[in-house]
Amino acid sequence: MPEKPDTEMVEIFIMGKKYEVPKGLTIMKAMEYSGYQYVRGVGCRGGFCGACATIYRVEGDYKLHTDLACQTTVQDGMYLTQLPFTPAGREKYDIKEINLDTNPLLDLYPELARCVSCNTCTKTCPQDLEVMDFVNEAIRGNIKKVAELSFDCIQCGLCAARCPAEIPHHHVGQLARRIYGRYQAPDSHHLENRVQEIENGKFDEELEELAGLSKGKLEERYENREIQE
Amino acid sequence: MKTGKFKNKKAAEADPYPESMRESIRKVEETRDARLGEEVERMNPEEREEVLNEFHPDYREAGMRELKAGPNRGDEMPLELADLLEAYPAVRPEEVDLSEVDYQVDVLIIGGGGAGTVASLWAIREGIDPEDILIATKLRHGDANSMMAQGGIQAADKEEDSPGAHFLDIIGGGHFANKPELAKALAEDAPGILKWHEELGVMYDKNEDGSMQTLHGGGTSRKRLHSAKDYTGMELMRNIRDRARNLDVPVEEFSPAVELLTDSEGTVTGALLYNMETEQYYVVRAKSVVMATGGFGRLHIQEFPTTNHYGATADGLVMAYRAGANLLDMDSVQYHPTGAAFPEQIVGLLVTEKVRGSGAVPVNRKGEAFVYNLEPRDVEAGALIRECYGRDLGVETPTGMKGVWLDTPMIDMMHGEGTFEENLAYIYRLYTRFGIDPTEDPLLVFPTLHYQNGGIEINKKGRTAVEGLFAGGEVEGGVHGKNRLMGNSLLDYNVFGKRAGIAAASRAKENGWGELTMQHVKDYIENLEDSGIEAKRKSPMLVPEYRGEEALSRSVDIL
Repeated sequence: MPEKPDTEMVEIFIMGKKYEVPKGLTIMKAMEYSGYQYVRGVGCRGGFCGACATIYRVEGDYKLHTDLACQTTVQDGMYLTQLPFTPAGREKYDIKEINLDTNPLLDLYPELARCVSCNTCTKTCPQDLEVMDFVNEAIRGNIKKVAELSFDCIQCGLCAARCPAEIPHHHVGQLARRIYGRYQAPDSHHLENRVQEIENGKFDEELEELAGLSKGKLEERYENREIQE
Repeated sequence: MKTGKFKNKKAAEADPYPESMRESIRKVEETRDARLGEEVERMNPEEREEVLNEFHPDYREAGMRELKAGPNRGDEMPLELADLLEAYPAVRPEEVDLSEVDYQVDVLIIGGGGAGTVASLWAIREGIDPEDILIATKLRHGDANSMMAQGGIQAADKEEDSPGAHFLDIIGGGHFANKPELAKALAEDAPGILKWHEELGVMYDKNEDGSMQTLHGGGTSRKRLHSAKDYTGMELMRNIRDRARNLDVPVEEFSPAVELLTDSEGTVTGALLYNMETEQYYVVRAKSVVMATGGFGRLHIQEFPTTNHYGATADGLVMAYRAGANLLDMDSVQYHPTGAAFPEQIVGLLVTEKVRGSGAVPVNRKGEAFVYNLEPRDVEAGALIRECYGRDLGVETPTGMKGVWLDTPMIDMMHGEGTFEENLAYIYRLYTRFGIDPTEDPLLVFPTLHYQNGGIEINKKGRTAVEGLFAGGEVEGGVHGKNRLMGNSLLDYNVFGKRAGIAAASRAKENGWGELTMQHVKDYIENLEDSGIEAKRKSPMLVPEYRGEEALSRSVDIL
């Protein structure tokens, strides 16, 4: 029996079992409505953490779709299951010892070379990233491009689960971004300078004084502080 | 769709906005050109005070009550939190056998988000072997509010800025209630934290010459908000977590701590973990314990929706309070001014302050700008609530929720086409999934429960008043006073995660393991009974209850 008889309901199949849920709910809220209390398959509920990767098919269509349960609205006739974990291999490394003379991505993940350019990873990605493009850039050793193309990756692992070449795309992207951030992004000299100044004690006196001021004095300083346009 | 980057963008078959809302959008469009050139004036102190008093939820007496038991007896707290602090322990001391120790470690870290992971890395730098650390966490490693932060992190690293200017912003934004030594530590450590991030490989937004791209946040006096698109929290968390994984820091997932363990003196000596999947407990003995469980957004204080992750249920406050920790500023809750108010599927999710930092202004039903776009968060939130409920100039959604427009198309008009999609990729994706293009239409927003301003009292080293117990990140209090500024929470978990990790490591090096008892839990139960509190509720909560009413009403526990 629906809670609100006037709410339009849809039929969904959670791991094959039928439930009626109000139209317009996300997959996650629909499962909760049906009585599931999450431990696995849930995280941020906002599309950042990749914990709620979900595979579904809609009745009458042969296609398997992938998306995030917290960001996808249920449809009538949806067959769904969550994939809370992907057993993809992740290689250990020390960011300080990366060898940039060779291709560190291929060194750590030689399976990259097994890519058959089927584009399944790209079609699978709930973030709509150009996953296959960054795999190809990874094979070429273009770390910057891999870092940029993979930047919005939420590491749900759906691509790795469907890849016929068993490439852990999300781990490759992580490695590329760290290498780019540490070795290839331009240095911030003002940051280096400021850290040096702090270490030399340049601001000690000012901070000590501020931290010791009465509330009244602080209020005065605050209201009269100069604001950068 | 300008670049075609989001190939799966749901084609908007029909207008995503109903006609009642579309009518108001037309008024927003009419006034847009005129608004582009002019800024609404900032409020003066009296005006800020007035809007807070009359419209900020913290100032609503019916939402608070006095605690009847424990170290903060007599303090006002949100009802939902008071209920948890005065609940009876979920695990009865007589149910568990503490003589069999499952993990014996130097440093136990409770919480696998930003603060906890940072604490582990700095404890290692301090000389603790990774094998002698344990992170116990409720969901997966990294599933935390830290992952969700969008806008950025503050640090006074530009020439025109200084740690002193940052300090003044922190303390003024916090209504001068902050502990000065903590605000000072936050400002002072910030540039060093960013340098550490650069060494880890964090990809901050930079100009071609390497200088950081920085923006204003609400209540900042300098442009010191550093970002990684609008995935700043995710970029930091995944780098920090990656480092911990490379160092083989042991992490027990789906195994939250449910109670601290103490010796006869009340010193914290370990914790009891609970495997949520197999429902068994584990006993951990540790020389130091770091509390890093994050905040309380999922308590839905005053029935607000929240931006927080599923596990933000105040478990750390509950455990530490029973062990005797003092809580600060718990009467102060941060409602982020701009949570999504439409469509229904994403109500409460965060629309980062970076959107306002990039030039979008809040606009009412008639298309009028009514508040400066970057007031401190509590003031801005109060002004939005006033517009909807004090002046009745909000826009109503089909489900009856009210909100005001955040005029996002202004951003590309001011900074060039493509800016929004590039710099605010998350928000762009969030809305286009539901057929709304934020570069063409404004977004409807209303304040959403975002952050626990207060928490467990610590000193500048991250020590709590309870021997053996340290804390870092959102679970601790005193850093932000009564209101945290944007970009200071990512900073907080880095600064105080680091400080707590270092302090916990040094205590572990100087001390042995203690006896394991639940005496403090027994004492707390007695305290509750003596205060006349009935045993109606249990805590910690661990996960919020979102099951449908129909399903719940027929739930029986048979298996």
